[in-house]
Amino acid sequence: MAQKPSILVVDDEAAMRESLRDWLMEDGYEVALASSGKNAITMATEKNFDVILLDLKMPGMDGLEALRGLKDVSPQTEILMMTAYATVDTAVHAMKEGAFDYLVKPFDPEEIEIQIKKIIAHKELILENILLRKKLEEKYQFDEIIGRSDPMQEIFDLIGRVAPTDSTVLITGESGTGKELVAQALHGNSSRCYMPFIAVSCGALPDSLLESELFGYEKGAFTGAENTKRGRFEMADKGTLFLDEIGDISLKTQVDLLRVLQEKEFGRLGGEDTIKVDVRVIAATNRDLPQAIQENRFREDLYYRLNVISIDMPPLRKRKEDIPLLAESFIRKYCLEMNREEAKIAPSSLKLLMDYDWPGNVRELENIIERALVIGRGKEIIANDLPFSSRDIMSESFPKSLKMMEKMHIERILEECGWNISRAARELDIDRQTLYNKIEKYDIKKGES
Amino acid sequence: MSKTITICPIGFVEKDIINTIADCIEMRCGIDCVVSSRMENPKYAYDEGRCQYDSKLILKNLIKCCPQDALRFMGVTHVDLFVPILKYVFGLSQVEGKCSIISIHRLRPQFYDELADPNLLKTRIEKTVLHELGHSLGLTHCRNRHCVMYSSTKIDHTDRKQPDFCPTCFELLNWLIKKM
Repeated sequence: MAQKPSILVVDDEAAMRESLRDWLMEDGYEVALASSGKNAITMATEKNFDVILLDLKMPGMDGLEALRGLKDVSPQTEILMMTAYATVDTAVHAMKEGAFDYLVKPFDPEEIEIQIKKIIAHKELILENILLRKKLEEKYQFDEIIGRSDPMQEIFDLIGRVAPTDSTVLITGESGTGKELVAQALHGNSSRCYMPFIAVSCGALPDSLLESELFGYEKGAFTGAENTKRGRFEMADKGTLFLDEIGDISLKTQVDLLRVLQEKEFGRLGGEDTIKVDVRVIAATNRDLPQAIQENRFREDLYYRLNVISIDMPPLRKRKEDIPLLAESFIRKYCLEMNREEAKIAPSSLKLLMDYDWPGNVRELENIIERALVIGRGKEIIANDLPFSSRDIMSESFPKSLKMMEKMHIERILEECGWNISRAARELDIDRQTLYNKIEKYDIKKGES
Repeated sequence: MSKTITICPIGFVEKDIINTIADCIEMRCGIDCVVSSRMENPKYAYDEGRCQYDSKLILKNLIKCCPQDALRFMGVTHVDLFVPILKYVFGLSQVEGKCSIISIHRLRPQFYDELADPNLLKTRIEKTVLHELGHSLGLTHCRNRHCVMYSSTKIDHTDRKQPDFCPTCFELLNWLIKKM
């Protein structure tokens, strides 16, 4: 509360309200006075007061009636009832009607000071909470995930349906496709959104360290364990735990993880107590887990525990129509960070971006835009600002032989059309039979391009 | 307007106490003090039900007697003061006015069943005077627990703070005085 907290004093006795005003003003409050409940309601309609000090016994509209009226016009204002000894019962009744507390007249100076400070602190906390919630809501909207393409629309739809559940989710996709953003969106749109979202990059940690990171340890559990440490599972209690690069964890950690997912409890390293947690687990990987199962590198039971719902993030090369939108968004983000005028992207540069294959996906696009803005000085991102030229793209993506060019082109169109032969034939401007012949001739198989 | 503060004893007030107040204001605020003639015991402000004196009524009387050229006019009394809404006050200042009043009654250790302690009483008087003078000159309560403008709702608070303004309140006080 940057401005002075405002207080309305409602009392029919001038001496009471004036002495209270003088005393409150010494504390730096902005004080207004009303001589009746009716007056107070009119004033509270016109201005938001932080606190109202309301006398219970007043001629005409009494304190209780005024309290109801004030709560109607200004529900966020806290009301402190003022009463004489004889009416304490009524004051208690007023609290049931929504008054914050009551004070018996005459007050002990300390008592009123404490009550008002309590209300102001309470209101500041509410305000802080509202701001924090707003910030979190903004953070966790889908806005962070950009895409108008069909595959992304399907992802958004899936997030919307899956987020409110408590089901475990496995997010798959190549590196840089935005798996963590999806995990955050799932958390942010669930009932757990005000509780912690804890992310662990499993692949980045050695096995022993990952174990202590996930489950924590007791003091003296191993050399160097000087204090008890809570693990990520404990930290994420009532919230969401995001296990990134789950395909890289050891078989031992897989067993521990499976146990927590089944039992919903675990113990810290070196500890004897069992800790119960309520955690939603979202895992992600860029590895082919079914393949890892075949090779005995990943436990099948854990895979099925994690893969209750799966979300497969499409690589950027399969949603190239999103590139202009993504590029614009990154330009806006970095221009703002660099405090410079928003740059445009030259058509020739956009063509280069559209032609590139993006092995590093959205993350690579973001890095390239940031780099282009750092090295380029103009109002436009030109081809020279990009780390690749059309020749690089041609030599990287296209073979020299005409036959191979044809094969690759057919493969690409088939992929784009989802292997709908009629659509692909129309795109290629050939008939269906010719397309079948070429598929056979080049030995093109679904999913191999 | 002269830059002097007029101190007015209300009822019998020991000379030592008046001197303590004058010295304190001159030393801490750099403002000269004069002592006016004594006012009668404020019987008119006595509340039989509460066995206390209504400080608002005494303040009203002070306003009537306030010397025109005084920068501020401060009444000092031994009687126990209250305002209608509060059980007691150590002092009271006129909102946007020149007058203020302080009571010695609840500053005496004997009031709290403790032994008389002239040094403790002197320090309490100094703190209460500076606090009310601060209000009278336009300062509000300070969040710094050691500042003399920190709110005192009971004697412990008074004892905990220093008989001095914190640097912020001191700067503000000088600025307010210069504006007058």
